[in-house]
Amino acid sequence: MHPFSYSSVNDAAAAVREQATHSHSTFIAGGTNLLDLMKENVARPAHLIGLNQLPLAFVEDTPEGGLRLGALATNANTAYHPEVEKRYPLLSQAILSGATAQLRNMATNGGNLMQRTRCYYFYDLTTPCNKREPGSGCSALGGFNRIHAILGASEQCIATHPSDMCVALTALDALVCVQGPQGERVLPFADFHRLPGSTPHQDNNLKPGELITALELPKQGFAQHYHYLKIRDRASYAFALVSIAAVLELDGDTITEARVALGGVAHKPWRERAAEELLIGQPTTEATFTKAASYLLRGARGYGHNDFKIELAKRGIVRALQQAAAEPRGPRALPWA
Amino acid sequence: MSSTTLIGQPTSRVDGAIKVTGAATYAGEFVVPGLAYGYVVNSPIAKGRITQVHSAEVLALPGVLAVFSHENRLPLPDDDNCYMDQLAPGGSPFRPLFDATIKFNMQPVALVVAETYELARYAAAVLRLDYEQEPHQTDLSKQRGAAFKAPHQANGFYDYPPSRGLPEQAWASATHRVAGDYAHPTQHHNPMETFATTVEWRGDGQLTVYDKTQGTFNSQQYICNVFNLKKENVQVHSYFVGGAFGLALRPNYQVPLAVMAALALKRSVRVTLTRQQMFSLSYRPLALQHVKLGTNPDGSLATLHHEALQATSQFEPYAETVTHWSGVLYRCDNVKLEHLLAPLDVMTPVSMRAPGPTSGLFALEVALDELAYETGLDPVELRLRSYADRNGLMDKPFSSKKLRECYQQAAARFGWAQRNPEPRSMRHGDLLVGWGMASGVWDSSQAEAGAQATLTADGKLTVVNGVNGDIGTGTATVICQIAAETLGLPLSAVTFRQGESTMPAAPVQGASWTAGSVGTAVQKVCRQLREQLLTLAQQLPDSPWRQAGPSEIEFTDGKLGLLGQPETQISFSEVLRAHRLPHLEAEVTASPDAKRQQQYSVNVHNAVFVEVQVDPVIGTVRVTRLVEGVAAGRILNPKTARNQVLGGMVWGIGAALMEETVMDHRFGRFMNHSLAEYHLPVNADIRELEVIFVEEEDDIVNPLGAKGVGEIGILGVSAAIANAVYHATGRRLRELPITRDKLL
Ligand SMILES: Cc1cc2nc3c(=O)[nH]c(=O)nc-3n(C[C@H](O)[C@H](O)[C@H](O)COP(=O)(O)OP(=O)(O)OC[C@H]3O[C@@H](n4cnc5c(N)ncnc54)[C@H](O)[C@@H]3O)c2cc1C
Ligand code: SF4
Repeated sequence: MHPFSYSSVNDAAAAVREQATHSHSTFIAGGTNLLDLMKENVARPAHLIGLNQLPLAFVEDTPEGGLRLGALATNANTAYHPEVEKRYPLLSQAILSGATAQLRNMATNGGNLMQRTRCYYFYDLTTPCNKREPGSGCSALGGFNRIHAILGASEQCIATHPSDMCVALTALDALVCVQGPQGERVLPFADFHRLPGSTPHQDNNLKPGELITALELPKQGFAQHYHYLKIRDRASYAFALVSIAAVLELDGDTITEARVALGGVAHKPWRERAAEELLIGQPTTEATFTKAASYLLRGARGYGHNDFKIELAKRGIVRALQQAAAEPRGPRALPWA
Repeated sequence: MSSTTLIGQPTSRVDGAIKVTGAATYAGEFVVPGLAYGYVVNSPIAKGRITQVHSAEVLALPGVLAVFSHENRLPLPDDDNCYMDQLAPGGSPFRPLFDATIKFNMQPVALVVAETYELARYAAAVLRLDYEQEPHQTDLSKQRGAAFKAPHQANGFYDYPPSRGLPEQAWASATHRVAGDYAHPTQHHNPMETFATTVEWRGDGQLTVYDKTQGTFNSQQYICNVFNLKKENVQVHSYFVGGAFGLALRPNYQVPLAVMAALALKRSVRVTLTRQQMFSLSYRPLALQHVKLGTNPDGSLATLHHEALQATSQFEPYAETVTHWSGVLYRCDNVKLEHLLAPLDVMTPVSMRAPGPTSGLFALEVALDELAYETGLDPVELRLRSYADRNGLMDKPFSSKKLRECYQQAAARFGWAQRNPEPRSMRHGDLLVGWGMASGVWDSSQAEAGAQATLTADGKLTVVNGVNGDIGTGTATVICQIAAETLGLPLSAVTFRQGESTMPAAPVQGASWTAGSVGTAVQKVCRQLREQLLTLAQQLPDSPWRQAGPSEIEFTDGKLGLLGQPETQISFSEVLRAHRLPHLEAEVTASPDAKRQQQYSVNVHNAVFVEVQVDPVIGTVRVTRLVEGVAAGRILNPKTARNQVLGGMVWGIGAALMEETVMDHRFGRFMNHSLAEYHLPVNADIRELEVIFVEEEDDIVNPLGAKGVGEIGILGVSAAIANAVYHATGRRLRELPITRDKLL
């Protein structure tokens, strides 16, 4: 870990100002990801701006009937918030399938979006990694890539975004509210994270100095038919090999609206509207679900150790949609995977 | 013994409260004045040379005290013998900072010492070293050509496993046959407490070394030999050990590095390793195996072939008993055992819980399951048809063996009789259910140990032995039980002091032998105190005990008196006070009765029954039920013994389903070097576990009759799970861990 200075701020504008006055400064919230990266010397900020005093720990209604989740609300407080449990149970389920109780108590919503890949080589300074050191090469290609991407990867980087929460937020069409030196703006969730392309060191489209202030959930919460299926190497406390956020609106057995987002398969949560349109108007049968799954995975490719994830993702999508289509469920049923 | 009110009783840990409240102090926590902090720099390459160490840059940082490397290290001996600790497997032990040679990836290449831990860590991060890289080989499958026969003395004790009979002919004429290749992966011990050594520089020529070790005396001897110090000037203290599982049997590199820094700087120094650095230490080596089994017409084993190729380092031929147990567990006249080692550019492996049979019996016990299907026999019945009444490998009778009862009791408890052997025949809703079983064997021994005891006039007993701090087994508790019972004291009147190299000797804590070895010494020393007490009592005027022989006297609750005549009792305190004695003392050494023991094979056995549920679509495997029957002689404390077996079962589940350290051969480096990516079971992975102890009477193993339960718990578990997965899915997996990609 490299030496750093620290300051704490009380409002969003001050955070943005602090960022501009210190070179090599970084925000810190729960610290559950950033501190690990600093200890491994992957992140070497010279100055940390502590965000935990910001008045952004709220969970509140929006005039449009949606819900705003403050960037500094913890993952735990968000997942267990009665309004989230009631109106957006998919989000609760996704958050609670991630990490551990202790981590979720510290981790914040803003930090969750910004967490970095778990690629082994990214974490190990002795190996080449384009994300950590642009131009040095990608060790995961031709290396140990069991947890790596099968969709949207590039020859420069095949890392995945490891978040569970973000997969649910993608399915729910959330918005990301940011504030920066140029003022405030709102990004659709699908535009927040990036594919690696030739610039894998950039995880997302946040501009330098910008602060996430809140996430906004639209009114439609799919509280009747939802399922977050997380498939991983042990029952808890492991990142997803593949995860699926699936929500449906049904009229009898006919699908009237559908969303499917995948985690653990790409540099960002993966979603394609065209695959969902294949579901709309169709009956809730395995054949329907399989069609959508095949469509979503049509461009998938493996890199050796992760080849199995293509078939696993297909089966997982079908399973998650079946679960979502089943009887309406109570909130926060933990996935069995 | 006058009564058995304490030994054999489920007793809570005497040190439990201080452990869970944080009052127990571990090696990396001792506060000593003027402490400096060392941080290790590890090699980024697997083979080559260091060409330059740019120390000046970090020495310029205020607060950095020193950078130790091969360039400026203290003088070190050039004789391999000086680096041979009690468990060195021969060869040429690794010498930290000795020269510029890089022998394995993550080898320690420098130690940065600073006023604070944070500064040392930072300086270590920016310290530049230049290397000249050479091609390395870390891939066992590519080193078959360089393989050699494992030397004698596997695990330090066992001769090369002998073959017997005519295995090739028996294979050719066998009624049923199975053959297969099996692989058991590299695993790291990953005890919760990372390694740490705090060296207190006392300024009077003396060093006090707080070490995380499974051998207080081994650590002391190593330090003295490497740094040419006198034993009386080096005290090693080890009061608590936060798990070790074999990894602390040999002194790890933080020990000499901390000592070197303290000697050079004339200051107290602490070196603590990080979790990532724990993957630079020793490990359970990858074992590639081939097993062939053939039967006689009656279903008994006609022949058994077990060959293993294991990884070791280029500099030490570490061997463990991978194939040995295949010659012990079953009756078979025609056995071929082969054990090869191949040298790789890696650190030397070391014992890790049940070293040898964990890898080897996985292969054998899966092969037996295959044979059960081949012959159409129930897996338990198949094993019973080759039940060994003698140890066929050593051609000796067992001192006691209740494996048959383990099969029977555990199978009954599990409900094994309800099993439909047809694969994929049992279901729970949409899930496939599989039942599998396997068996295990480990041995048991007693080593020489000493004990000192002091009974004070207030009726309190202190027992002393230098065995390192409890590695989780419950040693202190069991020792207190033995002492209290032998002398006739309440448990609360006994204190066990341990973990200092000035105390009476103990063997390294491994091989499940501590309770038997130290416990026997403690029993002996307490018996001596009894004799002293009786003699003193008999010298008292009007003593009603004057004429009584030892068998007519009862020692109980801090008093002695004639058997069945409580009115004749006198307290130990009164005896001492009457003689104006402040205390009574005794010191003994207890040695095994080697001559008698050598006539027998002393072993612990187990039988494991497992239920798994498998999701056939996405390949999730859950171990829903595990019943283990264990025959390990007398169980001194069912509570701590059960705890040890449960730990083994959990570990077996991990080994079966998730545990593996993955090497990227391009770098010769383990890549999943954190507990986020090196997967062990979490609570959610563990469902029902049940332990059944089948007690054995055994007066050969040691006077206590206890065989030890440290290793046996893990054995058989991974094979039983693999067998259950086959029963559930029809997929025979011969390579661990069984991750879902192998089942899709
Ligand atoms: C062992 C382990 C297991 C885990 N398992 C899972 C899992 O299974 N699923 C899962 O989803 N997650 C998992 N996590 C990740 C965890 O969810 C994230 O670490 C956490 O959400 C990060 O939040 P934080 O507040 O601690 O962020 P910090 O560590 O404080 O910050 C992370 C990054 O976000 C930036 N940042 C923080 N807040 C803001 C803001 N408001 N605006 C702009 N930038 C900001 C920081 O500058 C930093 O770069 C795991 C983490 C660990 C350590
Ligand atoms: S996959 Fe991306 S993060 Fe991993 S080594 Fe390659 S470039 Fe680095």
